[in-house]
Amino acid sequence: MAEQIGSLHFRLTKRFGGKTVLDDFALEVRGREFVTFLGPSGCGKSTALNLLAGLIPPSAGEIWLDGTRIDGLPPERRGFGMVFQNYALFPHLTVFQNIAFGLELRGWPRAEIAGRVRQMLDLVQLPGFEDRYPGQLSGGQQQRVAIARALVIQPRLLLLDEPLSNLDAKLRLEMRTEIKRLHADLGLTCIYVTHDQAEALSLSDRVVVMREGRVMQAGTPAEIHDRPQNLFVADFMGYRNFFSLTVTGGDPDGTVVGRAGPLTLAGRGAAPLPPGAAGVAAVRPEDVAVTGEPPGPNVLRGRVRLTEYLGREYDLEVILDSGQTVKARVAQPVAVGSTVGLRLPAERVVILLSEDGGGGIP
Amino acid sequence: MRTEAAAAAAPLAKVRPARRLEGAGPALLVPSALYVLVMFVYPFCYGVYLSLRPGKGEGGLSVANYLAFFLDPWQARTIWVTLSLAVPNTVLTVLLALTVAYVMRRGIWLERTITTLLVLPIALGTVLVAEGINGFYGPKGWLNQLLLMAGLPDPIRLTHNYTGVMIALFVQHFPFCFLMLLGYISGIDPALEHAARVLGARPWDVFRRVLWPLIAPGAAIAFALVFVMNFGVFPSAVLVGQPAGATRTIAIAAYQQAFEHYDMSMASAIAVIMGAGQLVGLIIVLLLRGRLAATGVATMGAGKR
Repeated sequence: MAEQIGSLHFRLTKRFGGKTVLDDFALEVRGREFVTFLGPSGCGKSTALNLLAGLIPPSAGEIWLDGTRIDGLPPERRGFGMVFQNYALFPHLTVFQNIAFGLELRGWPRAEIAGRVRQMLDLVQLPGFEDRYPGQLSGGQQQRVAIARALVIQPRLLLLDEPLSNLDAKLRLEMRTEIKRLHADLGLTCIYVTHDQAEALSLSDRVVVMREGRVMQAGTPAEIHDRPQNLFVADFMGYRNFFSLTVTGGDPDGTVVGRAGPLTLAGRGAAPLPPGAAGVAAVRPEDVAVTGEPPGPNVLRGRVRLTEYLGREYDLEVILDSGQTVKARVAQPVAVGSTVGLRLPAERVVILLSEDGGGGIP
Repeated sequence: MRTEAAAAAAPLAKVRPARRLEGAGPALLVPSALYVLVMFVYPFCYGVYLSLRPGKGEGGLSVANYLAFFLDPWQARTIWVTLSLAVPNTVLTVLLALTVAYVMRRGIWLERTITTLLVLPIALGTVLVAEGINGFYGPKGWLNQLLLMAGLPDPIRLTHNYTGVMIALFVQHFPFCFLMLLGYISGIDPALEHAARVLGARPWDVFRRVLWPLIAPGAAIAFALVFVMNFGVFPSAVLVGQPAGATRTIAIAAYQQAFEHYDMSMASAIAVIMGAGQLVGLIIVLLLRGRLAATGVATMGAGKR
C-alpha cells in the first residue's frame, strides 16, 4: 500500500549542551524492514528517532533516503509517519478529524478523505468511532487512532516511539500483535523505539541495542538473545549470572574454557579469547538446570537461599561456597536450605571479554 | 512486633477525627462567606440602593441619576472614551503577549532573565510606572531628547494624552497577560506540535489548526480580565493622561461626582454603570468562548500531561 523505500541510511551525532547523547550512530534500514532501537532510558534511542523525523536538528551527520539527502528537510516534507508514547492525539478534534488531519493538509477532496478515514478505522478495528473525542477513548483505542492517523498518509517510513509503554500488560500484548500484523499486511518499513526486550524480540527483523548514544550490538533478535557480544547486551537481554574467569583454552569451533576460582566453565566465546585473557561467563537463570551430577566442569554445588513461586516455575537463589549467588529458574520446587547441584549447559553459556575499562560485571 | 502493630494502627487512629469533620464542611465556609457578605455584597447592594436615591436622599427610589448620566453628553461620552482606550489596548496587549508567549513556549535563551524583566512592572505599582513613563516618554524625557539629537525638529507628544494612557495600561497589563498565556501555552504537550509537523503541517498550520484552538479558551479569559482592568482605568488616566478631556474615563467621572461634587448618589450610579460595562464585556467574551467550546475547541486537557 505504502510507497516502498529501497533503503534509509544515516550517520548521526547529537549533542545537547556539552553532553553527547548520540555518538556517530550509523545504520542502514532496508525497505519493509522492522528495526528496533533498544536500550535503557537515556541511551539516545528516542533522540535518534526525533532526528530521523526532523523534529530536532542533528549536531552532525547525514540522512539518506534512496539516494536523496533528507536531513535538511523539515519534518512536514519527509513524508514519514510517527506514533508517540502518549499518543499525542489532538484533543480538540474528533477521531475522524484526527485521522483526516494529514490528508487535509495534502489537499485531498472531502469525499475521498471520508472514505479513506473509514478504511483506516476498519484497519485498526475501530469502526464507528468517527465522532468520538480522544478524551472519550481508552488508552488502547487512542493508540489505535494514533496509528491510523500515522498510516493514513501512506508514510514511506513509520517511526514508533515507545508506543506501548503507556498501556497495561494485557493491552500491550494485544497491540504488539496488532503492530506486527499491520507491518506484515501493509509491507511497512518501521523503526521502533523501546526499552522492553520482549517487544524488541517479538516485533523486529533487526534489533539495535544502544547505550549512551552508541550501538552496543545490532543483529537479528535471535543473535541478540543468544549471542550477546558484550556484558551490557547480555545483562540487558536477561543474563543474570556472571562469573569472572581466566581463559585456559578453547576449541576452533568457538568453545572457550576458563577457570573461575575452583570452577571450570566452558561456553561459547563471543569473540576470539586467547588463553590468559580475562573473560566473563554469562548464563540466563532459565538455562540453569538442577542436577544430581557431582561437581565438575560446568557443574556447581550450593545451598538454596530463596525460592520464589512464579506460577509455572520457581526462581531459586543458590549461594555457592565462594559466596557468589546463582539464579536459576526450575520446574520443580526445591526446599530452602537444601544443597543442590546446578548444571550450566556449555551451549547456553556465553563467554565474553571482560570490560574492566568499561565497568566490569554489571 | 507490638511496636510495629502500634505504628500501623497510629495512622488509622488519626483518620477518624478527620472523618467526623466531613459533615462540618459547609460550616468551614462561614468565615469566608461572612467576609464576602460584609465586604462585598452589602457595599455593592448599598451602592446600587444609593444610586437609586438621587439628591440628598429624600423621596422614593428613582432612576433620575441614570437618566441624568446618559442625557448629559459630557458624562455619557466617558463610556465611549473608556471603550476607546480599553478595547484597542486589550486587543494590543493580548496579541503581543500571545506572540511573545508563543515564541517562548519551548524555552529560550536567558528565559528566566527575560521573564523577570517582562514581569517587573507588576511589582512596581501604577504610580511608579506612570512616573517612569513621564520620565521616558515625556516632552523632556529620554526618548524625545534622543529623537531631538537625531535631528527631529520638535518633541513628539506621547504623555498627558491618549497615547500616554495606552502606554501605561500596556506596561501594567502586559506582564500579567503574558504570564497567564505562557503558563497556558507551555502546558500544551509538545508532542502535539511534533505530531502535526510529521503529518505535514507547516509552522503556521500547527498554530492555526492545533495550538490556537487549544490556546483560544485561555486567550479569551486573558482578554476578559485585561478588558475589565482597562475599563476601570483611573490612576493612569490621571497621571499620564488628560483627565479633563481626551482620557476622561468613566472612573474619573465617578471620582469627580464623589469627591469634587460630593454627590455620592450620582457617583454610585456612575460606578454601577461602569460595573455594568465591565460585565457586558465579560459576557460577550465568555459567550464567544462558549461558542468555541461548542465546536469542541475548548475541550481542555491538552494531551496526557
